[in-house]
Amino acid sequence: MIDVNKLLAGHRRMAARAISMIEDEDENKQKLLAEIFPHTGNAFTVGITGSPGAGKSSLTDALTRQARQQNLKVGIIAVDPTSPISGGALLGDRIRMQEHALDRGVFIRSMGTRGCLGGLARATKDAVKVLDAFGCDVIFIETVGVGQSELDIMHYADTTLVVLTPGAGDHVQIIKAGIMEIADIFVINKADLGDTGKIVTDIEQMLDMGRHNNGWRPPIMKTITTQEKGLPELWNTILEYKDYTHSSGAQRENRRKKIQREVMELLEEKIQSQLQTRLQSNGNMEELVDKILAGNSDPYSAANRLLQKFLSI
Amino acid sequence: MSSDKLNEIRQGKEKWLEKRSQMKDRNVKFETVSSLPVKDLYTPEDVSDLDYMRDLGYPGEYPYTRGVQSNMYRGRLWTMRQFAGFGTAKESNQRYKFLLSRGQTGLSVAFDMPTIMGYDSDHPRSLGEVGRVGVAIDSLADMETLFDGIPLDQVSTSMTTNAPASILWCMYIATGEKQGVPSEKLRGTIQNDILKEYIAQKSWIFPPEPSMRLITDIFKYAKDHVPKWNTVSISGYHIREAGSTAVQELAFTLADGFAYVEAGIEAGLDVDDFAPRLSFFFNSHIDFFEEIAKYRAARRIWARRMKEKYGAKNPKSLLCRFHTQTAGCSLTAQQPENNIVRTAFEALAAVLGGTQSLHTNSMDEVLALPTEKAVQIALRTQQLIAYETGVPNVIDPLAGSYYVEALTDKMEEEAEKYFEEIERRGGVLAAIDQNYFQQEIADAAYRYQTEVDKKEKIVVGVNEFVHDDEELDIELLKIDPELERAQVEHLKKLRQERDNNRVNDTLDALKKAAAGPDNLIPYILECVRSYATQGEIVDTMREVFGEYKERPTF
Amino acid sequence: MAGKIRVLVAKPGLDGHDRGARVIARGLRDAGMEVVYTGLHQTPEQVVEAAIQEDVDVVGLSILSGAHMTLFPKVCELLRENDAEDIKVIGGGTIPEEDVEELLKNGWAAQIFTPGTPIEKIVEWINNNV
Repeated sequence: MIDVNKLLAGHRRMAARAISMIEDEDENKQKLLAEIFPHTGNAFTVGITGSPGAGKSSLTDALTRQARQQNLKVGIIAVDPTSPISGGALLGDRIRMQEHALDRGVFIRSMGTRGCLGGLARATKDAVKVLDAFGCDVIFIETVGVGQSELDIMHYADTTLVVLTPGAGDHVQIIKAGIMEIADIFVINKADLGDTGKIVTDIEQMLDMGRHNNGWRPPIMKTITTQEKGLPELWNTILEYKDYTHSSGAQRENRRKKIQREVMELLEEKIQSQLQTRLQSNGNMEELVDKILAGNSDPYSAANRLLQKFLSI
Repeated sequence: MSSDKLNEIRQGKEKWLEKRSQMKDRNVKFETVSSLPVKDLYTPEDVSDLDYMRDLGYPGEYPYTRGVQSNMYRGRLWTMRQFAGFGTAKESNQRYKFLLSRGQTGLSVAFDMPTIMGYDSDHPRSLGEVGRVGVAIDSLADMETLFDGIPLDQVSTSMTTNAPASILWCMYIATGEKQGVPSEKLRGTIQNDILKEYIAQKSWIFPPEPSMRLITDIFKYAKDHVPKWNTVSISGYHIREAGSTAVQELAFTLADGFAYVEAGIEAGLDVDDFAPRLSFFFNSHIDFFEEIAKYRAARRIWARRMKEKYGAKNPKSLLCRFHTQTAGCSLTAQQPENNIVRTAFEALAAVLGGTQSLHTNSMDEVLALPTEKAVQIALRTQQLIAYETGVPNVIDPLAGSYYVEALTDKMEEEAEKYFEEIERRGGVLAAIDQNYFQQEIADAAYRYQTEVDKKEKIVVGVNEFVHDDEELDIELLKIDPELERAQVEHLKKLRQERDNNRVNDTLDALKKAAAGPDNLIPYILECVRSYATQGEIVDTMREVFGEYKERPTF
Repeated sequence: MAGKIRVLVAKPGLDGHDRGARVIARGLRDAGMEVVYTGLHQTPEQVVEAAIQEDVDVVGLSILSGAHMTLFPKVCELLRENDAEDIKVIGGGTIPEEDVEELLKNGWAAQIFTPGTPIEKIVEWINNNV
């Protein structure tokens, strides 16, 4: 069982077990989250996404170094895809963060996407809360790709970095896939490997066409993590953005929106699960379908009737 | 072959097929251990394009398919060179003397993990590792003990060291000095193949660029001062052990070789200045004919490229001379006596493939380092081939075999595909950075394991012909942990008794030179002569060169 | 989402032979487990720290350098010091029978898998013991 006081005091095993409880959807999960919630709100989250091979792990590693230089406690959640066939996952991001392996000021947790629609986003957000309560000042969330789940996570993060590399050629797809709305900072990593001009132009064009929230136009930064180039500048820009959202009131507003969204999501989940349970026990779905097929009802009337029956609406 | 004759043969095939296609074959996959499919029969049809002078030639003549020397084993048998080393220099010295007394004809030094990775025996990371997989060498003093009573002008010594090869080579040279043997007379090899470390063996220290610089420094120094020394042993052994197929072993090894040639040329050397001293190191795995074909293809590919692409003029630059070791990864922990037989087959393939030097594994090596009894059997295996089987009497005896020639061609063809891919990716260093080789090898390793687990590949004693009532009755070599303590003590004493001012001066000089373009070998020699330890020298270089960090993928 | 078995596959010490570790990691993944691979050249401290943060059920040590009689006990000791002795330690590599017995007898490993063990045997053991 989780001793919340220990967790709040910085007990690493407790934090790790708490995250497992969340991932496994343990029945005591809600209780735990309710208990730690009052202790959250201190950490600011940085989402890092982009194409595979862009060097996101190395970037996370380098940014952690920057944060540690300022004595900030760092949490890292590294997400890797779960195999849809076997249900297993190879979580190998940790390897690229070896330098911080024994630093007590850094907590690294690897998570598999586990293939549950929406499940990943929920688990990651809750894991962030654990690390927040545990004492982290900044939490990096590193994901790959641009699936709905990943975009959800990025919506949740305070700052989102989109990482691209020259020559990969897929930046156009990435940009089109919904990233523009969530990107707060663009990072072109491995900037020494090719012509960065085209990507920069393409991104600027897309930015010209769209409209970013809260008046901040995402800057495009260049880094070469293997040579430690561009990192302090990037870190400072992240801090700059953090200050910007804070002073412009955007951060407060975002927080309100986030909480509202969370409550709605949880509500939806609960309602859905309640409905499932009731439907299973005495919803007579089979009979309903027969009725509809026989022409004696239609889906819309059926749904209304069920709603009345179960929720008195 | 005239088209009349070919037609006859084709008609003969039709007739054979009439009967043959009615027959039921065993329900197994007819493939090599590398999963290369092979036909049931090879005929002149399969080699109809073979041009004797163009594709095979004579032994010791371009393209060297049939062997690198004109008289091969008629002139001199391959060197019987058993890889050995454990504990401290004293124990290993005794093992070398034992092996020489039993008929071994060349020495081969195995170092322990700390020495391989650049740590002294008293470093915290060395705890529990000292003397376990090889001999512990911390300083020149240990190297002197290692060769005590073994005159360096009378043996050739191969040293398996890569990242710190420059240092151990300098220790050997300095040991020669102490014995009164000038460096010009020293014969041997340092493995010194850093590219395959990044790809397969993974005992790196520094990043690729400074590592290549050290290698070209060694080329230059050897040319002028140690001309009889093989400066690199470009290795496929470890690539194969990591799980690659035979073709991958062939292709990746030769690609590494080409990369070293290009590095040497870029460093301002004439290719003929250093290429004659490049040598190779291949695996000999259990699929008999695949290995033989691999060696022959290697010689032909190397000769052709060196001549046509790199413009080498000295015939010695075109020779793919190689050492072979039988495949450690083919041995089993179960029914270890079977390993004696596996090793024998693998050794025979290496000889039929024309190896210059050979190490045969001992039967107990899946479990521990070899006992004297086991290593003697391994050595005898080579001697039986050499003196009883008659195989060395005839040069390249399998040439002309329809199967062997077809397979040799096939290996070359498949290797060329890999060369193209590596080119496309920007060369060997770029491909390493992209994890290309590492991924190919890991995939091949996984594929092999799944096949074994599904019994699509049989391993006798492991997934077939297994008995529950088997008792393992074999004596194993044990490394006395006391040796580690003794070595650490010895090291402490050395640090106290040497002239530490001199040590510091030489290390400082090395550090300054490392940041510039000078050849580092003379500086390292000075450090070594002052009894600086290996760890101290590596640390000095680490400060300038940095450390390599792997960024693996799955 | 149901619980998954989490395994740490580690290469402690200076040994660089990772063929077995990688093959097993993939095999366990294919059997539905979440596998965290530490990479090479890990100190026992690094291994245990990773095991705790990742909250794994099993730690698998792959050692081909003969240093197993030092590394297994050290990892177990550190797990105990960190209140994590419930995490099972298993392993494989170049480990002679005599040492296997010693490791099991002293509780420095819950099971050792010699070369030649089919992956499914390891999967079975983990499924039955976690």
